Amino acid sequence: MAEYEFPEGLRYSEEDEWARLEGDRLVVGITDYAQQKLGDIVFVELPEAGTHVEKGDRFGSIESVKAVADLFAPASGEIIEVNPDLEDHPELVNEDCYGDGWMVVIAPDDPAELDDLMDAAAYAKHVESRED
Amino acid sequence: MRFIPHTEPEVRHMLAAVGVEEIEHLFDSIPADARLSRPLDLPRPLSEQELFARLRELAARNATPESHTCFLGAGAYAHFVPSVVSALASRAEFLTSYTPYQPEISQGTLQAIFEWQTMICGITGLEVSNASLYDGASATAEAVLMAIRLTRRHRVLLAGGLHPHWRDVVRTYLQGLDAEVVELGVGTDGRSEPVDSHLDGEVACVVVQQPAFLGPVQDLAPVAAAAREHGALLVVAVAEALSLGLLRAPGELGADIVCGEAQSFGIPLSFGGPHLGFLAARRRFVRQLPGRLVGETVDARGRRGYVLTLSTREQHIRRERATSNICTNQGLCLLMATIYLSLLGPHGLRTLARDNLARAHYARTRIAATPGVELVHPGPVFNEFAVRTDRPPAEILEEGASRGLLAGLDLEPHAPELGPALLVCTTELASRKEIDRLVNLLGKNRP
Amino acid sequence: MSRGPEKVGNTTRGIAYEEPLLFERSRPGRRGFALPPLDVPEVEPEALLGAEACRETIPDLPEVSEVDVVRHFTRLSTWNAAVDLGLYPLGSCTMKYNPRQNEAAAALPGFAGAHPLAPASLSQGILQLMAELERHLAEISGLDRVSLQPAAGAQGELAGIMMIRAYHRHRGESRDRVLIPDSAHGTNPASAALNGYRVQTLESGPDGLLHPETVAAAMGPDVAALMITNPNTLGLFETHIEPICEIVHTGGGLVYGDGANLNALLGIARPGDLGIDVMHFNLHKTFSTPHGGGGPGAGPVGVKNILAPYLPVPVVRELAGDEGEGFVLDYDFPHSIGRLHAHHGNVGMMIRAWAYIRSLGAEGLRRCAEMAVLNANYLLSRLRGTYHVPYEGRVMHECVLSDRLLQGTGVTTLDVAKRLIDYGYHPPTIYFPLVVQGAIMIEPTESESLEGLDRFAEAMLAVAEEARTDPERVRAAPTRTRLARLDETRAARRPVLRWQPAGPSKRP
Ligand SMILES: Cc1ncc(COP(=O)(O)O)c(C=O)c1O
Repeated sequence: MAEYEFPEGLRYSEEDEWARLEGDRLVVGITDYAQQKLGDIVFVELPEAGTHVEKGDRFGSIESVKAVADLFAPASGEIIEVNPDLEDHPELVNEDCYGDGWMVVIAPDDPAELDDLMDAAAYAKHVESRED
Repeated sequence: MRFIPHTEPEVRHMLAAVGVEEIEHLFDSIPADARLSRPLDLPRPLSEQELFARLRELAARNATPESHTCFLGAGAYAHFVPSVVSALASRAEFLTSYTPYQPEISQGTLQAIFEWQTMICGITGLEVSNASLYDGASATAEAVLMAIRLTRRHRVLLAGGLHPHWRDVVRTYLQGLDAEVVELGVGTDGRSEPVDSHLDGEVACVVVQQPAFLGPVQDLAPVAAAAREHGALLVVAVAEALSLGLLRAPGELGADIVCGEAQSFGIPLSFGGPHLGFLAARRRFVRQLPGRLVGETVDARGRRGYVLTLSTREQHIRRERATSNICTNQGLCLLMATIYLSLLGPHGLRTLARDNLARAHYARTRIAATPGVELVHPGPVFNEFAVRTDRPPAEILEEGASRGLLAGLDLEPHAPELGPALLVCTTELASRKEIDRLVNLLGKNRP
Repeated sequence: MSRGPEKVGNTTRGIAYEEPLLFERSRPGRRGFALPPLDVPEVEPEALLGAEACRETIPDLPEVSEVDVVRHFTRLSTWNAAVDLGLYPLGSCTMKYNPRQNEAAAALPGFAGAHPLAPASLSQGILQLMAELERHLAEISGLDRVSLQPAAGAQGELAGIMMIRAYHRHRGESRDRVLIPDSAHGTNPASAALNGYRVQTLESGPDGLLHPETVAAAMGPDVAALMITNPNTLGLFETHIEPICEIVHTGGGLVYGDGANLNALLGIARPGDLGIDVMHFNLHKTFSTPHGGGGPGAGPVGVKNILAPYLPVPVVRELAGDEGEGFVLDYDFPHSIGRLHAHHGNVGMMIRAWAYIRSLGAEGLRRCAEMAVLNANYLLSRLRGTYHVPYEGRVMHECVLSDRLLQGTGVTTLDVAKRLIDYGYHPPTIYFPLVVQGAIMIEPTESESLEGLDRFAEAMLAVAEEARTDPERVRAAPTRTRLARLDETRAARRPVLRWQPAGPSKRP
């Protein structure tokens, strides 16, 4: 099995997003597993700041040369920031998916929703179950 | 069988390798009752010699540029095509290859498409062009769908002067979708009635054909301004691509999408197809473009090369969310047009367009001075214009046909309000003498 | 090195020419075109049209001589693989030999020079040819009526889906769901969606086939149609086609047949007899019209009588009784879905297909199907064991393999494809159908001889061997082409979609 990195302290969704709560800001990106599966990212489509999303809503998509994956909101809330660097540098998602490759910041309606997401260990299991 | 190499011993050998006794058993997975138990009912096979005897018989029963001088246009134009076009386009490496999925062995096709994209951008005054659509009509429908996606609005304004068949195709493409088509008429000048009063925040785009179906050159600037004011896109549709040799690039006049038919660029009439739909747009719309796109890149050793790109828009990746369902397009026609435009260059394209304009002007001047006929629209036209006649067009067409002239298109089904009228087109293939014959046929100076 | 391209390959090295973009060959003042002298008075465009309507320049057209143009495009052509150069086993595309006679046929001035709006009385030859082709296609498919108008398979699909919509609406039913198996070509869901349908994907069974239970479970009063490809894209005949059609029909739906793989069935079985209500033909696949580097094709659509009222207009009609003799274009179809093409479709392709059908006749067409199927099965028998066969069973006109047996070598389907180029072959279709991971989809067609197949099989086997002995070599392929692997990621990240004089596109 390939090597993936799933940092502790983040919350993970079944659709391979991670979410990190920083005060009342929820930073969202895709996991190392997702970025490796997709390969070289060439385009990230993100909504405009100010959009309200429900947990589980499709809010954007991410593309490699030959595949498209949807992005799903890990929690409900207003998107208050989108990563401006991804438009010109989608490769940031490959290079630093938990850092500079972040996608949006959500102001969560109900931070308790995060409890439904997985921790690193549970997500690693989730990935493993799909690998074989 | 000329086209199939297998000899009987080879067939036996192969059947043995497959582990099957008889050819019949290769089809065992087809339920017996589902199989055809008789030979197909088709005429007996013909040798090539017999085939051509039959083909020539059929071909002889059609009017051609050799039998008839063509004053028919209306979206399909008789132009001269240099021999080089078909000589190069029929090279086996272009003719018998397919979509350039494997760029390392498809650079010929890819580079030619990149050159086409560049030329279309220059000619239309826009920034991105795709690699072709089926024809001008479906290109217009695709442009409309693109505008609906881009604006997320659902009303489409077809300005007056759009080719009636293209209108039909747009309507066909929109059926079943949550979209509304509003069709405007033309004024007495043959141009669209003003669009302003039909524009509001719900309109996705305004489609204007340039020149208009009946010939007049439309005034794009006010339409562009009105569309912009309401956040609608301006789609300019071009049926006679040669007009772009003289007319200002629609992109310069505010068009967001320019689409149309490029058959005039070196592609035979072939009873209406295959022709060549094109579509160009502003750069920021590139992700909503339908069809193939070629981009420049480098190979593993840093050398310049070309690949199909931004394919995630397309059906083979995005399936039901693709920007279009198009797969096979008009590749070889695109190549022919690229070769044609290469031969003409900027000077040739302009000169040829001027030639067509001069012939139309000559014909119009003669007609204006001829009793029994009149110009329907005295304003500026390119190479096509409507003529009102004093007798039924059908009669004129029939008489013309017997004298080797395709005198034009009977406008009765398309513009009955004009009374008896013909749409006439003059390309470089119509000599002064032939134009004179046409004018005599139309007017009262009948010989 | 036992069996490299030098030994079992299909190519040798020759001169490969470099060639810049034509714009870079441009020299001010060069001409490649001359008009006859103008025999009418000169005009000033600005005076006639108004200066503001006229352009000052036409940018981005090269100034070159005819010699420049001929050399340029001839050189470009040498960078392409093509059917006329060798096996082009692109699965699902039926890259069979394209008889040259067909080109000559379509180029006859009576066809190439025919104007689509010429009166019917001056178009009788071409109309008759179209009517005959319609009849032949109806007979071949077991359907009642055919419209030749759609310009390619995907437009035929769209026409079919629209007729299905019109049919249901006419019966006062609103159905908005279309069922499509997961192995379907991308145009199927795209066409259904383009006409406003919701698409539901059906899972193929473990044998690669669609099962009646799956269809039954998905049926409902909102299902307008099932779109099915037979043989399917795995090269397998959908054995349950008849019960499946019955389930759909009983549920009030219709069955669309994707005819891209009709080559396997010519004279053997007819979609109409199997329960298909509407299908498209790809004249550029089954009926040998050339693929032209991406088209043009033609995608006629055939229907059972229940859908005939909805055919696109105009319809070619033979006059009968006291109407006299001959053919006309009939617009009198009040329930028609309308028009899909500015004129009558890609008529040039129809002439070629007609010439092909008339050359082969019933026996010849059947022979095509037989030899196409024999070729695919023969190749499979040679490659089985070395390449993974995800779905066992008799295949029809194509076979689908995968790279599974190469796991651990680091070599993937993409690498195999690229290495095949070094051996002188256009690679098969890869990574399609999506239901097979690392799919390698091979369609040899009936045009290929036994020795040609053996040679290709040797190349496939040699590549598999190299994957074990020298994987780096395979992963570096192609090495014998003018350009090495192209950087598609770079192309997509920073798209350069046209040449610009001082842009990023300088000659390296
Ligand atoms: C199975 C299948 N269906 C549909 C199509 C679409 O046909 P076309 O490319 O002629 O639009 C293709 C061809 O590419 C195909 O392989």
